[in-house]
Amino acid sequence: MEIIIPILSAAVRSGTPILYATLGEILTEKSGILNLGLEGIMLMGAFTGFAVSMYTGNPWIAILAAFIAGMAVTLIHGFLCITMGANQVVSGLALTMAGTGASSLLGRHYIGETITGLGKMQIPFLSKIPLVGPIFFNHDPLVYISYILVIAMFLYLNFTKFGLSLRAVGDSPRSADSVGINVARTRYIYTLIGGGIVAIGGAYMSVAYTKMWGDLMTAGRGWIAVALVIFAIWHPVRAALGAYLFGGVEAFQLRLQAAGTTIPTNLLLMLPYILTITVLLVIAVREGKGLLFDAPSSLGQPFYREERE
Amino acid sequence: MTIKGLTVQKRKDAPAWLEVFIPVAGFILALLTGAIFLAFLGVSPFEAYREMLISSLGDSYGISETIVKAIPLAMAGLGVMLSFKMLIWNIGAEGQIFIGSLATAAVVRYFYVDNSMIMFVLMFLAAAMAGGAWASVAGYLRARWRVNEIITTLMMNYVAIHLVDYFVYGPWRDPGSLGFPMTAPFPDAARLFQFSGTRVHLGIVIAVILSLLFYWIFKYTRWGYEIRVIGENPKAADFAGMNYLKNVVLVMFLSGAIAGIAGMTEIAGLQGRLQHGFSAGYGYTAIIVAWLARLHPIAVLLVSFLMGALLVGGDALQIVMRLPLSTTLVIQGLILFFVLGGEFFRRYTIKIITEKEPEKWRS
Repeated sequence: MEIIIPILSAAVRSGTPILYATLGEILTEKSGILNLGLEGIMLMGAFTGFAVSMYTGNPWIAILAAFIAGMAVTLIHGFLCITMGANQVVSGLALTMAGTGASSLLGRHYIGETITGLGKMQIPFLSKIPLVGPIFFNHDPLVYISYILVIAMFLYLNFTKFGLSLRAVGDSPRSADSVGINVARTRYIYTLIGGGIVAIGGAYMSVAYTKMWGDLMTAGRGWIAVALVIFAIWHPVRAALGAYLFGGVEAFQLRLQAAGTTIPTNLLLMLPYILTITVLLVIAVREGKGLLFDAPSSLGQPFYREERE
Repeated sequence: MTIKGLTVQKRKDAPAWLEVFIPVAGFILALLTGAIFLAFLGVSPFEAYREMLISSLGDSYGISETIVKAIPLAMAGLGVMLSFKMLIWNIGAEGQIFIGSLATAAVVRYFYVDNSMIMFVLMFLAAAMAGGAWASVAGYLRARWRVNEIITTLMMNYVAIHLVDYFVYGPWRDPGSLGFPMTAPFPDAARLFQFSGTRVHLGIVIAVILSLLFYWIFKYTRWGYEIRVIGENPKAADFAGMNYLKNVVLVMFLSGAIAGIAGMTEIAGLQGRLQHGFSAGYGYTAIIVAWLARLHPIAVLLVSFLMGALLVGGDALQIVMRLPLSTTLVIQGLILFFVLGGEFFRRYTIKIITEKEPEKWRS
């Protein structure tokens, strides 16, 4: 137990940035827009969060700024894919390149600087529950907000009128349009909010997790999140499971290194990526048909209101 | 004839000049936007762009360096172009380059023969087989179980890079390298021919041959036609009896094999050893090359020269103006954004509405 609890607690912490990114992407993809720019958005969020936190000393303003920055860079993707009907795969890749490059250009004088950032906040009563308490309720507030976000998104998507029209837009934009839903506006709203949430995941890395700025510090987590959306079959609760699984692998790998294992570091570092592929494969083999059923049917396809098919 | 406003109209055929105009305009607009971004960062865009232009195209040395960078870009660009034709998104050229170079270094280490002809054949085959096998894993998963190939190829990039790192930091590290993560220099027979006085190597010949070969395949062969049909209309391809699984795996194999060869020529032709992080994101830039070239094999050569110049310019910015290499990444992303935006005008045209002819645009 003494060994397991710290690893599981660390799994939640290191899974949190991936969780935010996955939740953001689920929201975006539910509206039918595929955003492969997560890595770039996360890095822009991480940088914005870090810089604002450094100058204001207030981590909450930093998180808000990261959210806004995330929406701003996602707007490029939204405009190209929603208004101009551009290829969503290529636009997402471009966003990853531009966001990655811009973050390291903007952050070039900040490398190695540290901030106070967001501290721990134990939740009274809940943190005293054996096992559950130290694993889930002994973290910083952004971790707790992610729990709320998971539940809120689950309820919103499945039990509200807005959630229903969001899913309609992603599944069948033409029928959504015919019942009077503004497809383009809906897609803009959720793509932008989704991008903002992804950026919070990046900001978590700099403001809460490491409390410093490092070039390319998200190290592929944005791409892992893209994969996790499929693992989660677009379901927020499964997204949390997946994110903590990845956080667990990362935490386990760090422990092994700290314990001075003889397994070379470079081989351990491959683990999350190999796990991603394995997870996707298992999902695809086991749930091939169910998976196709759950995916937003119009994902990745532009919608032109004036054209009839 | 008073102008009342603008309207967007769908068009049936895009004029041919747009094919060239969109990428060129996209490139120029990206440079302009990049200039604004640089100015915002307190860097003089004029100075930066002048530095980039002079270092890459200003003299014969600059041009030869641009060609050196264009070689892996052209090869990897041709590789991803092949998969993109089929709408298979191979984002893994970077990893395939690393695996190709790993196989090359393995051949040099374990099967060295003191004959440059034999070595060339061995290294070529090893790199092609390794890169091809690496990529076809993703192709098979995609064709057999619909596992998203964007994610698998991308994840395999990280795995490949860590795998090369494992060897150059570990068992293959040159004891005489003073701790640098690199293998010992390759012996002479394992080095490719270099054009005298430059660093341009045999890779350029391979790139040009591959480009012409693909031009011929897509223009004149049945297989080239099949790939396009499968990409554009998988259902029709299925009805016509074209084998999806076989073609996806084959295309991914070839795509990865070519990227693997790019890795081989990069270390055997240019760097002379395998070292940590030897590829400056060529596999990712190759995606832009293929896209800007509109998946045309001859245009890939031209675009890779242009992107090579951008990379050489980026190196100069790093050395002279102390800007990070990522500056070029921003410009690359911007180019893609503007070209994507420009695609809109291939499908639509903007008409000026005048009072005299209101019926014409309404139809």
